[in-house]
Amino acid sequence: MTDTTTLSPLDEDGVAAAVQAALAAFAAATDLDELKEARLAHVGDRSPIALANRAIGGLDAADKAVAGKRLGAARAQVGRALAERETVLEAERDARVLVEEALDVTLPADRAPQGARHPLEMLQERIGDVFVAMGWEIAEGPELEAEWFNFDALNFGVDHPARQMQDTFFVADPAQGSGPGGQETSSGLVLRTHTSPVQARSLIERDLPVYIVCPGKTFRTDELDATHTPVFHQVEGLAVDKGLTMAHLKGTLDHFAQAVFGPQARTRLRPSFFPFTEPSAEMDLWFPQKKGGAGWIEWGGCGMVNPRVLRACGVDPEVYSGFAFGMGIERTLMLRHGIADMHDMVEGDVRFSLQFGTEI
Amino acid sequence: MPRIPLGWLAEHTTLPLGTTAEQLAADLVRVGLEEEAVHPAAVTGPLVVGEVVELSAEPQKNGKTINWCLVDVGSHNEATDGGGSRPRGIVCGAHNFAVGDRVVVALPGAVLPGPFPIAARKTYGHVSDGMICSARELGLGEDHEGIIVLSRLGLDATPGTDARELLGLGEEVLEINVTPDRGYCFSLRGVAREYSHATGSPFVDRGLEGPHDGPVADGVEGTFGVELADDAPVHGVPGCDRFVAQVVRGVAASGPSPAWMQRRLTQAGMRPISLAVDVTNYVMLDLGQPLHAYDLARLAAPIVVRRAAPGESLTTLDGAVRALDAEDLLITDSTGGARGGRVLGLAGVMGGADSEVGDGTTDLLVEAAHFDPVTVARTARRHRVPSEAAKRFERGVDPRLPRVAVRRVVELLVEHGGGTPDSVLTDVDRTSPAPSIPLAVDLPARLVGVGYTPTEVRQTLEEIGCVVSDEVPSRDGRSATVQVQPPSWRPDLTVPVDLVEEVARLRGYEAIPSVLPVAPAGRGLTAEQRARRAVARSLAEHGLVEVLSYPFVGEHQHDELGLPAGDERRRAVRLLNPMSHEQPLMRTSLLVTLLDTVRRNVARGTTDLAVFEMGLVTRPVDGAPSAPRLAGGVLPSPEDLARLDAAVPAQPRRVAGVLAGLREPAGWWGAGRRADHTDAIGAALRVATTLGVELGVVADAGHAPWHPGRTARLELLDGSLVGHAGELHPGVVATLGLPARTVAFEIDLDLLVGAAPDGPVQATPVSTFPVAKEDIALVVDMAVPAAAVLDAVRVGASSSVAGDIVEELRLFDVYSGTQVGEGKKSLAFSLRLRAPDRTLTSVEAAGVREAALAEANRQVGAVLRS
Repeated sequence: MTDTTTLSPLDEDGVAAAVQAALAAFAAATDLDELKEARLAHVGDRSPIALANRAIGGLDAADKAVAGKRLGAARAQVGRALAERETVLEAERDARVLVEEALDVTLPADRAPQGARHPLEMLQERIGDVFVAMGWEIAEGPELEAEWFNFDALNFGVDHPARQMQDTFFVADPAQGSGPGGQETSSGLVLRTHTSPVQARSLIERDLPVYIVCPGKTFRTDELDATHTPVFHQVEGLAVDKGLTMAHLKGTLDHFAQAVFGPQARTRLRPSFFPFTEPSAEMDLWFPQKKGGAGWIEWGGCGMVNPRVLRACGVDPEVYSGFAFGMGIERTLMLRHGIADMHDMVEGDVRFSLQFGTEI
Repeated sequence: MPRIPLGWLAEHTTLPLGTTAEQLAADLVRVGLEEEAVHPAAVTGPLVVGEVVELSAEPQKNGKTINWCLVDVGSHNEATDGGGSRPRGIVCGAHNFAVGDRVVVALPGAVLPGPFPIAARKTYGHVSDGMICSARELGLGEDHEGIIVLSRLGLDATPGTDARELLGLGEEVLEINVTPDRGYCFSLRGVAREYSHATGSPFVDRGLEGPHDGPVADGVEGTFGVELADDAPVHGVPGCDRFVAQVVRGVAASGPSPAWMQRRLTQAGMRPISLAVDVTNYVMLDLGQPLHAYDLARLAAPIVVRRAAPGESLTTLDGAVRALDAEDLLITDSTGGARGGRVLGLAGVMGGADSEVGDGTTDLLVEAAHFDPVTVARTARRHRVPSEAAKRFERGVDPRLPRVAVRRVVELLVEHGGGTPDSVLTDVDRTSPAPSIPLAVDLPARLVGVGYTPTEVRQTLEEIGCVVSDEVPSRDGRSATVQVQPPSWRPDLTVPVDLVEEVARLRGYEAIPSVLPVAPAGRGLTAEQRARRAVARSLAEHGLVEVLSYPFVGEHQHDELGLPAGDERRRAVRLLNPMSHEQPLMRTSLLVTLLDTVRRNVARGTTDLAVFEMGLVTRPVDGAPSAPRLAGGVLPSPEDLARLDAAVPAQPRRVAGVLAGLREPAGWWGAGRRADHTDAIGAALRVATTLGVELGVVADAGHAPWHPGRTARLELLDGSLVGHAGELHPGVVATLGLPARTVAFEIDLDLLVGAAPDGPVQATPVSTFPVAKEDIALVVDMAVPAAAVLDAVRVGASSSVAGDIVEELRLFDVYSGTQVGEGKKSLAFSLRLRAPDRTLTSVEAAGVREAALAEANRQVGAVLRS
C-alpha cells in the first residue's frame, strides 16, 4: 500500500484518494475474509487514514479544525461503506450456508413407534359422548353378574330359553367342587348376556329421572365366526321419566343414528318381542351400502320398559314410564367401517387397530 | 321356524294374484313377523305334462328292461325340418305306466331337488331327451316305486302344460321368524290372521269352535276313558287341562296321504310318512294344534295323564330310550291292567314307539290336548327334543282348538283313508277363560305418543279377536277404562301394556313421530371414566397399540407362566359351560390372555410390537356365598340386594402391556433400540403420571412370570401394591415362544384412580430468578439401589439452610470400574436449584451439595467420588 508516503491530514486530495481506494477495496471484496483484509488495509491502525487521523494531534489549532472535520467525514464514509458491504457479504454467506447444509427431508421420519386405540373401545366412547352431550350419563357394572340382575329383574322367567345353557355362560358354584362326573350346579352367577343388568342396577341406585347409556362387554356361548363372537360389546340406553313415550324413543334413536352414521341416516321400527320391553321393536337402519342394493338392516332392539321391570327396580309404573334400546358395538363398527368379518375385531392383531389411530 | 307355502296361506285369507314370497315378507314384517328365508321353488326350468304315445320295452344285458318312450309334450315337442314337430324320445326304467298315460316330464334345462340338473344324454343306445319323473325325484314324498301318473292323483292337463304349477313345485316358500309371544303364528291360521292385519285382506278363521263343542262328561257311554291325574303341577299350573280323544275305525292309516298333502308337508319342511301321521302333521301346521294318532288296537283304557314315577323310562318314536324325570308329564294307558301303568309318550313333546301307527293299523285314537307351556318346555329341554309339538306348546297353544283340530283330522282321515268315526268323543275340558284385562283407554296414546282415539283402540283390539266391554268412566277424573277379554289364541296378552303393543302394532309403528326428549343436565363423565380415557390415549400416543382378548383361560396357562402352587391368581372363577374345556376359567390377570395375543402377532410376522389392554379380571374369594334366587317383578329387600352384591366377585380393572423386539426401529439414522425393562416400568409409570399419582419402584425378585432380577414392584407411597413391571422370566419367554427379552407390566387401574388426588391441582408460581446448577458424584456399595441414593440426595438437598430450592434432581450417570474400586459404583446427579424469591449465592448452592452428600452418607454410606 501507500506505506512509503505518509498521508498528511491537510492533503485534501490525498485523503479523498485514500477514501476512494478504501471504497474500491471494499467493493472488490467478494467474501468476508477479503473484506477483513481490506478493512485492515484501509481502516486498520496502520492504514493511511488512521495514520493521518493520528497526525491531526500535531497540527496547529486552525489546521486541526479543518483536518479534523475532513478526516471525520472520510472515516464516517469509509465506515458506512464497510458496514454496508459487510451486511451484503454476511447475507451472502448465510444464504450459502443454508444451501450447503440442506438435507434430504424426504428420508423416513418414523423413528417414534406408532400406537393406536382399539376401534371397539373408541366407538363406545364416541357413542357415550353423543349421549353425554344430551345430558345423559354413562353407567357401568360388573361383567360377571348375579342371575337376578341379568334375568329376573328384566322379566326373564326361570323357564325363558335365554337362561338355558345354549346362550348363557354359567358360573360354577365353588362350594360344589368339581369331582369327575359330579353334576355341577350354578352359583347363581353368569357372564352377563347383555348390558341390561346395568340398567337394573342404575334404576335401583339412582334417583329418578334416569337417562343413562351402558356400553360394555357381554358374553354368549356362540362360536367365533364371521358374524358371531362369544365375547362382544353392546351399548344400551335407558330413560325413565314422567311422560316418556315411544315417540321419544324414536327421536332418540334417530339422533343416535345420525350421530354415528351421518345426517342421512334413517331408522325404522318394527314390532318384535323382548321380555323387558312392551311394546317392543326391532330397529332397522337404512343402509345404502347394503350388499345387493340399498335396504333396511337390523341394528338393534328397543321398546318401552316393561312395568314388571320398573317394579323390580322399585319404580312405580303408574307414575313413570321409560324406554330402552340396545345394539351391538361390533355390528355398528362393521356397518360404519365396512368390516366384513368378526375375526379382525377380536384377534388382537395390531395391524387392525393401527388403521384407526386414536380417534374414530 | 314356520314355513309358509303361499298357496296354502291363500286357503285362509285372500292373497292377491301373483303375490311373491318377497311381497308377503314385506307385508308380514310390518306386524312383527320377520323374514327368516325365502326358499326357492323346488323345481326350476321346464317341467311339463307329457302324454306317452309310444312305449317299447327293451331288455338289457344287465337283466334290466328299460322302456323307450315317445312322449308328446305339446309345444315342447322337438321341431322337425318341415316346420312340424315330433314327440320327444325318453328312456325310462319304471314300468307302472302305459301308452296314453299323462306323466310329468323334466326337459333338458330343468333342475330337480338335489339339485339334480336334467340334460339330454346318451343311454342304453338312445338319446334320452329328458326324464319321466317319480314323486321322490320331485321332492314330493318317498314313493320311488314308479313314476307319477297324473290320473291316479286325480289330476289332468293337456300335454305341454307347466307341471310345476300343477303340482305346486314352482312355488316359493317364505320362512318366518316368530317371536316367543306369538305362538299362534306357528300355523297357517295364525299367519293368515296377521297377514289380514297387515293388509286388510279378508280372513276366515278355520280354528273356531262350533256351537255344540261343549265338554263331554266323563263316563258317557262310548267314550274312551281319559283321566287327568297331575298330582305335582309345576309352578301351580296343571300339566294338562284339556284332552280330546276320538276313535276312528277302519282307516287305511298306514297308506300314503294324497299327493297335495305330501307336497305341502314337504314345502313346510316335514317328511311325508303315512296317512295317519301326515294328516295329524298337516292339521298341526294348518291350525297350530299338535296332535297324535295312536293304534287303538295297542291301547287299553283309560288313558291317564300323570307325572313320571321314579325309575320309569320310555322308548320314544326316534328310537331313543329315555330315563324319565319326576317333572315329566306323561300320557299313559292301562295296558296290563294297572291304571296308567304303561307310558305312551312325553306329553306335548314326543310319542312312544309302543303305540305307534304301523303297517296293519286300521283303528285309531286321535288325541288333541292342551298342555302347560312350562312343563312341556322343561321336558323338551331336559330330553333335548325340540319337536314340532313342543315348539308350539312351549309358546302357548289355543285351548279352544283341540275339538276343531280333531274334527278336521277325522274328516281328512275318512276322506283319504276311509273309515268311520265313533259317534261319541271324549272331551275332558278343565280350561277356564283367561281373566279380562282392565285398560285405561288413553294408555296406548300415553305410552306410544300417537293420539289414538278410544274408538281406534276398541276397533284394533276387536280386530285381533278381543272382546271389549263398554267404557267405564273413571271417578277420579282420569281416563275411562274398558275390560278386555283376549281371544283364546293369545295367551301372551295378560297386562294392559300387552294391549298397548297390539294397538301400536296394528296401527303401524311408522305412525310414531320422532321427538327428542330433553334430559336434565348431566354431570358428564365420571372422574374414573375420564381417567380411563386419559390412560388409554396416553399409552397409544406413547406408541402402544390397544388390543382386546377373550378373558377365558386354562390351568395350563397358569403353569406356563410359572405361577407357584398357592398363588392367588390360580384362584379363578370357573364356568359350567365354557367354550373350550381347555379354558374353563375367567382370567385373574390380563397378562395371561394378552401374552396369547402377542404370540398371535409374532406368529403373523409382527416381531417388534408394543401392545396394551384395559379390562376386568375376576378375583373370587374363598367361601363367598352363592347368589340368592330371588323372584322377578318385585324389588328385593336391602338385605337381599346386599346378598346379591356379596356373591358377585371383585372385578378390578387392570391395564397391562407387553413390549417385544425393537422399541425404536432401526433406520437410516442407525441401529434400533431393543425394548428393555425400563420400557415396561416407564409405561407403567406413565399411566400413574397421567393420573397424577406418584409410584414407588422396588426390586421384586419373586413374582412370576417376571425375571427375578429385572422386575419392579410398583407401589403407592403407603407401600400398597399396584402392580409389576419388568422383563419376563426367560423360562416363560421360552415356553411361550415369545421374542427374547420380552418385557411386560400389569397394574391395577382402580387402585391408581383411587389414589389420584382429589380436586384440582393447586399451582406453584414459576420463579423467574436465575437457576444454579450443581453436579454431585457419589460412590456407594454396588448393592445399594439407585432409588435409595436418589431419595437420600433429594431429602438432603431439600433440607439445606437455603430451604427447599431443588427444582429438579436427575441421576445422569452410573459408573463402576477400577476408578471407584471393587464392589462399588458411582452415581452422578445433577441438581437444578432455584429460589422463589431471590438469586441464590454460590455459598447457598454449595450448601445444598454438602447437605445432599451428608444425608446420602448417613442413609446409604455414600462418599464423594474423588
